[in-house]
Amino acid sequence: METLYVICVGVLTFCGVFLCLRARTFSVVVGLTMLSYAVNLFLFSSGRLNLKNAAILDMSDSYADPLPQALTLTAIVIGFAMIAFVVILAMRARADLGNDFVDGREPPDSDKFIKPNKDKV
Amino acid sequence: MTVHLAILPILIPLVGGLLMLLPPFAGVERYQYRRVAALCLMLAQIACSIILILMVVQNGAIMYAVGDWQPPFGIILYADQLSAMLVALTSFLGLGVTLYSFAGSDREGKYFHPLVQFQLLGIYGAFLTNDLFNLFVFFEVLLIASYTLLIHGGGKQKTAANVHYVILNLVGSSLFLFALGTLYGITGTLNIADMSLRVAQLSESNQLIAQAGGSLLLIVFGLKAAMLPLHFWLPRTYAAASAPVAALFAIMTKVGVYCIFRVYTVIFGDQAGDLANMIQPWVWPLAILTVIAGTVGALASPNLRTLAANLVIVSVGTLLIAFALRTPEATAAGFLYLIHSTLVTAALFLIADMLGQQRGKALDYFVVARKIKQQALFGVLFVVAAMAVAGLPPFSGFLAKLVILQSVTGVEQKIWVWSVILISSLITIIALSRAGTTLFWRSTPSRDNSETPGVSKWQICATFLLLGASPLLALFGASIIEYTNNAAAQLHDIPYLIEVMNLEENAQ
Repeated sequence: METLYVICVGVLTFCGVFLCLRARTFSVVVGLTMLSYAVNLFLFSSGRLNLKNAAILDMSDSYADPLPQALTLTAIVIGFAMIAFVVILAMRARADLGNDFVDGREPPDSDKFIKPNKDKV
Repeated sequence: MTVHLAILPILIPLVGGLLMLLPPFAGVERYQYRRVAALCLMLAQIACSIILILMVVQNGAIMYAVGDWQPPFGIILYADQLSAMLVALTSFLGLGVTLYSFAGSDREGKYFHPLVQFQLLGIYGAFLTNDLFNLFVFFEVLLIASYTLLIHGGGKQKTAANVHYVILNLVGSSLFLFALGTLYGITGTLNIADMSLRVAQLSESNQLIAQAGGSLLLIVFGLKAAMLPLHFWLPRTYAAASAPVAALFAIMTKVGVYCIFRVYTVIFGDQAGDLANMIQPWVWPLAILTVIAGTVGALASPNLRTLAANLVIVSVGTLLIAFALRTPEATAAGFLYLIHSTLVTAALFLIADMLGQQRGKALDYFVVARKIKQQALFGVLFVVAAMAVAGLPPFSGFLAKLVILQSVTGVEQKIWVWSVILISSLITIIALSRAGTTLFWRSTPSRDNSETPGVSKWQICATFLLLGASPLLALFGASIIEYTNNAAAQLHDIPYLIEVMNLEENAQ
């Protein structure tokens, strides 16, 4: 179970970091969402993963740590609000600046990296 | 009332800010009501913070268990001399900002005053909390308020700067949570005092993980504080923000610096066993490089606001130098410099805005433009601010830098710190005098400036308030240094913190 969990968190973080480094706000927003998913899973695992421990006192000999669940819930709420804000901000930036590049303008040397398709032009 | 004193600085702006969203204050045309309410709230916060300082000096640090959940399990607010001092500084700066915005910038959007209150709420909370996760929550509160305040007034520049600022800080928040999860997984606690007990008892393999968590936290705080490789967002963001917002943001980098001081003195301080002072070898060169980067940026600035923003970076670097020295004396000197630099850089942002208002399209860019109408007034304000920020006597900058220089021990450290701080001060003087000559003495001769609008009395009043603190800080230097000495001694006295938290018996 631990291995699967670790791979999930790792892949989500990797995708999040990769997408955050893209030039357009849409992929950055998706990247931030992925990062916050990864972070929520990670926080949840900080109380150790277990299947059989009880969450309520006086019900069992071993208990699950209740605090990471509270932390994760808080992080989900805050993360959700922040993503909502950044989506609105990205739309505003698209309207104000006329494009959806994070820098507010197309990188001047972008055609070096992305060859324009001559057939369509 | 005095029992709940520690939480009052958080409650007043929270309730006040929420009330300002409701009918008697809501609505575009009701701005006068909001102004009166904002002024009352600021005065209440200042009164509250002064009482807090007096209580803390008289009776020692206050531990406030929210909901009476005792440490290490509950969320704890902890007001010691350092926190009380910073709360007072923030409320004073908030008053200046609120007064300045009365001139009209608060009418560019109808939520200015509530947002300032929420921003202050987050800052007070970050200063007062003693729980790492609670610190994260207050960080988010102050950040979301700052996102909206930054874009207040609208415009292309603000939007472009805000996109960077928001994305960077969201990535920072994710890193913060990763760091918290790591540290909680290892130590099983989030209380800063409790964690300092647990970190010393870690096994060797767990120490490595704790070190990773602690280093991640440094990245987060470094991003907030604008430490060298993470400072590139700051000049553009601060230069784009409207003047009162930029002035309020002068305290925001200090929140990051405060967290570095708190976390790496209490958790990873001298008593942390193998992890003691683990970030000091990193912070030391970064602090010096931050000062250099800020100074070079100040020389290269095209306008006064960017210059002020780069001076903020210089002040952060100087504070980090004071941190990296790791002695109570240097910490105390750093706190004095913190008060001084916050108020003076805030005043500099306000002066830049007022100059811009009188120079037409040239704004505060260093180009030849029409003559300023109130030259004598602005000349005096600018010279005072410039002398204070560069560290010339008789103002507080001189005193603060002198105390930092005096607190350095050891020959090698002396060579580095003395040369970096003194050369950076010299270059700051050059940059500011170059700025001043262009702004005040080079003007197009023929242009008639009788139609230039005068600045509002609120603006002048706010600038005098913030700038007037500088000579006062120097005048009452002895008692303020005594206070910061006590605050630094209290910060470095971990057994005292453990005792206030009643953690002794749990540890055994």
